[in-house]
Amino acid sequence: MNNIIGGINGPIVTINGPTDLEMMEMVFVGNARLVGEVIRIDNNSTVIQVYEETSGLKPGEPIFPSGSPISVTLGPGILSNIFDGIENPLTDIAKASGSFIPRGLHPDSLDPKAEWDVTIKVKVGDFISGGDIYAVTPEKAIEHRIMVPPEMSGEVIEVMPDGKYTVNDKIIVIRDGNGESHELTLCHKWPIRIPRPVSKRLPLSKPLVTGQRVIDTLFPIAKGGAAAIPGGFGTGKTMTQHQLAKWCDADIIIYVGCGERGNEMTQALTEFGEITDPKSGKPLTDRTVLIANTSNMPVAAREASIYTGITIAEYYRDMGYHAAMMADSTSRWAEALREISGRLEEMPADEGFPAYLPSRLSEFYERAGYVESLNKNEGSISVIGAVSPQGADFSEPVTQNTKRFTRCFWALDKSLAYARHYPAINWNDSYSEYVGDLAPWYATNVGEDFMTCRGEIASLLAEETNLMEIVKLIGSDVLPDDQKLTIEIARVIRVGFLQQNAFHADDTFVSPEKQLKMMQVILYLYHRCSEIIATQVPISQIIALKLFDKLVQIKYDVPNNRLDMFDGYYTAIDEALASITVQEA
Amino acid sequence: MIIEHLGLNQINGSLIVLDGIKGAAFDEMVELRLENGSSRVGRIVQIDGERVVIQVFEGTKGLSLVNTRTRLTGHPIEMNLSPEIVGRVFDGLGRPIDGLGEIYPLETRDVNSSPINPVSRIYPRNYINTGISSIDALTTLIRGQKLPIFSGSGMKHNELAVQLVRQASISDGEDFAIVFAAMGAKNDVADYFRRSFEKANVMHKVVMFLNLSNDPIVERIITPRCALTAAEYLAFSHNMNVLVILTDMTAYAEAVREFSSSKGEIPARKGFPGYLYSDLASLYERAGIVEGSNGSVTQIPILTMPNDDITHPVPDLTGYITEGQIVLDRTLDTMGIYPPVSILPSLSRLMKDGIGAGYTREDHQILANQLFSSYAKVQDAKSLASVIGEDELSDADKRLLKFGKDFEARFITQSPYENRSIEETLNLGWDLLSQLPREDLDRVDDETIQKYYKGNK
Repeated sequence: MNNIIGGINGPIVTINGPTDLEMMEMVFVGNARLVGEVIRIDNNSTVIQVYEETSGLKPGEPIFPSGSPISVTLGPGILSNIFDGIENPLTDIAKASGSFIPRGLHPDSLDPKAEWDVTIKVKVGDFISGGDIYAVTPEKAIEHRIMVPPEMSGEVIEVMPDGKYTVNDKIIVIRDGNGESHELTLCHKWPIRIPRPVSKRLPLSKPLVTGQRVIDTLFPIAKGGAAAIPGGFGTGKTMTQHQLAKWCDADIIIYVGCGERGNEMTQALTEFGEITDPKSGKPLTDRTVLIANTSNMPVAAREASIYTGITIAEYYRDMGYHAAMMADSTSRWAEALREISGRLEEMPADEGFPAYLPSRLSEFYERAGYVESLNKNEGSISVIGAVSPQGADFSEPVTQNTKRFTRCFWALDKSLAYARHYPAINWNDSYSEYVGDLAPWYATNVGEDFMTCRGEIASLLAEETNLMEIVKLIGSDVLPDDQKLTIEIARVIRVGFLQQNAFHADDTFVSPEKQLKMMQVILYLYHRCSEIIATQVPISQIIALKLFDKLVQIKYDVPNNRLDMFDGYYTAIDEALASITVQEA
Repeated sequence: MIIEHLGLNQINGSLIVLDGIKGAAFDEMVELRLENGSSRVGRIVQIDGERVVIQVFEGTKGLSLVNTRTRLTGHPIEMNLSPEIVGRVFDGLGRPIDGLGEIYPLETRDVNSSPINPVSRIYPRNYINTGISSIDALTTLIRGQKLPIFSGSGMKHNELAVQLVRQASISDGEDFAIVFAAMGAKNDVADYFRRSFEKANVMHKVVMFLNLSNDPIVERIITPRCALTAAEYLAFSHNMNVLVILTDMTAYAEAVREFSSSKGEIPARKGFPGYLYSDLASLYERAGIVEGSNGSVTQIPILTMPNDDITHPVPDLTGYITEGQIVLDRTLDTMGIYPPVSILPSLSRLMKDGIGAGYTREDHQILANQLFSSYAKVQDAKSLASVIGEDELSDADKRLLKFGKDFEARFITQSPYENRSIEETLNLGWDLLSQLPREDLDRVDDETIQKYYKGNK
């Protein structure tokens, strides 16, 4: 076989004539050994997409097969690391070659010299199969459970003693059904485009608590669910993703910067290092993996970065952890698909995107889920994908198709962002289909009346939207007092509850308990005022009491550890309102 | 041994095709010599066996299938670099055109550069005092940032850019440089910049790259890359703070579109190629600060939005890559307000970490939030007034309208030669907010009110 470069067009390299390469096989292209992947084979030619810049390649240079599809190495040492789209460790690359990323440099994904304190969990004679845990080692904030690769099983015939090992050291040896023995180390490889198998999928019943009021209360996402955040530029997609990565109650965070800004990754690196995880007391970076394939890095690796991220998430899920993956942004990934597809001269569908865009998106989002893994542990992957619609037009193909495969939709709104209302999640356009699934959890764990309060808040907001249509036409003066009250209380909900200050020490993360208490006190004021207005007291008198402004400030005035202070608000409301009713009498 | 290939096999727009070429590398630079002795530069954009597609930067006018000799140079397009480039003028391909002779290169670099490793970046935090209130207070420029100006034909973006350069460089001390790249800019515009730089006495600090509107269009694809290569060299090898002005990015993107369509690629939106995002990112992402150097590359790309449409692919994709944007507004411009900065859609993403105590003043973020929020309400009041008339508005809305007018007249408006200190700007902001009653200021805590609010507390 003659594996030499025939043609070159941007990231696409073709081999003329038949080859022995396999579909999706990883290859090394040219003398510079650039990483590539076989994406099309026919009798006359083989097409390879190259994950690195192809300038300088010449026809006639050799192509080396690797014998396996594009894979990631899974083992201890992934956490708190930063990788590019195909799991090259960027810190090691920086050490080797300075501030700019060279081509053809592929250090080991996991540090081969780092020693891990390993405790063996099996003994000679045990029969173990795919997913079984045969050793554990502490890794940052968690216990890293070393599992048998999913497709393997057999009898343990040799076991090393507990002690310190590197990722490539032999830990145990097993003999499979055919009598062949296999050495297992601390790591194994897994192809990124194939979902890791599980025992079964479980229904979603627990929320991913994010501490962001508009999300937890109005549009919650379940552990194992998928959510989309679409928004034009400057509406705060990345900001929201960062907030979720910092505060959501997952064990492992995979943050994929897919075709986004370099400075944002640097910011994530520094900020996450400065914040302490409230659960473990260790820096947030300890539970985080960053995958950075910024917009100026090669486009084919951008396409792969999403899969690299989700495969790592699946690996930690299989250990029994709850992983959350943030993909910022899936539109860049879709554009990478479009670019490659264009170079292959495939027939385009909507706006130049390939016809297989929906199927690729659904394959990706279906890798989220709450599962029982092969070793009977429960784990989950929640996926939160940012979408950057062109011209902030939600009717474009990526947003529309993403909507079909996610059950949670947090629509970011330009006008809210312009008024610096953050998170700029529009309460009229957003939805969460998980509300029903999660209602029992909220009732038992937060409060019986959580969902009732939520419903009331949501309907007040909807009512306000309708009233604002009228106000826009004729001004607010002509509205009857009860409707003016709705507008006032909706303002309290918008400014005092939905709007949340990410830079305020207390307000950046708010527990569901405090969220409930805030709703309760706002609704209490609303009900009391409605009663008084029904007795013909003008609303101007109530507004003059400044109770509404007092409630707007609750988020700052009540620290997160002083929820008892809420009682004072009820007394204050009663006393202030009593003064009016007394006057009237 | 130098091999020259006689003749061509095909000419199509700016592309030529040659057969029977051995040893050509992708992205390699080629030289074409015509019979009349003139020469042109091209780049290999596609290879299929021994068939090579070359993009000719100076265009294919006058080429025939028989009158050229093509030579492979063995390297990609490179630029000669030395500290001497400061103060010089180059054409769109990085060749000196000021008649002062060639650059003696200390180094030559591939104009495409390599991506900066995100690990090696230093998160930009140092704010640049531009002396322009609307920018300093509300869309603060940070050293190492890429902050484009979204404008439209006929608006005062050039004046604003010049004022930025003039006032920002003053605060920068000695080790600064300005890299100016004109892509498809009119002669008058380039001349305006040159005169303004001379007037501000910074011309000896400027590196100019000129691809004017009558210069070959395909050359525009290389112009910003040469400019950024020069900027990276000065910043990261010579520790200078470099301010890069790229104008006009729309003309650049149109050149990319023209090139793409002549290659027969499948278009995405409005005929622009699907890779326009990646292509623009490969330019904008070259801004920043890296470890091991005291220099920085700050970019101010200027682009004219066709038909003032911010959803046009060029401003749209730019906004997704850059760290914010300064949007100019036609209505403000026709009202004679300079600089006509439209506050609400303008944004600086790096602002939050570069302002506040230790950088500007502790109330800066709060003030900015409140100004944004109040000014957004002004727009609601304005649209209501346009329906029911100003007289019918409630007192609160009338107050807002008054605030809006004063804000535009006193805060946004300033003379092109007025350099306001950050203190002045912030105090002016509080003066204006003090017109509004305390309860309208929902973004401000009591402590800050006590200290800065001058109205009835």
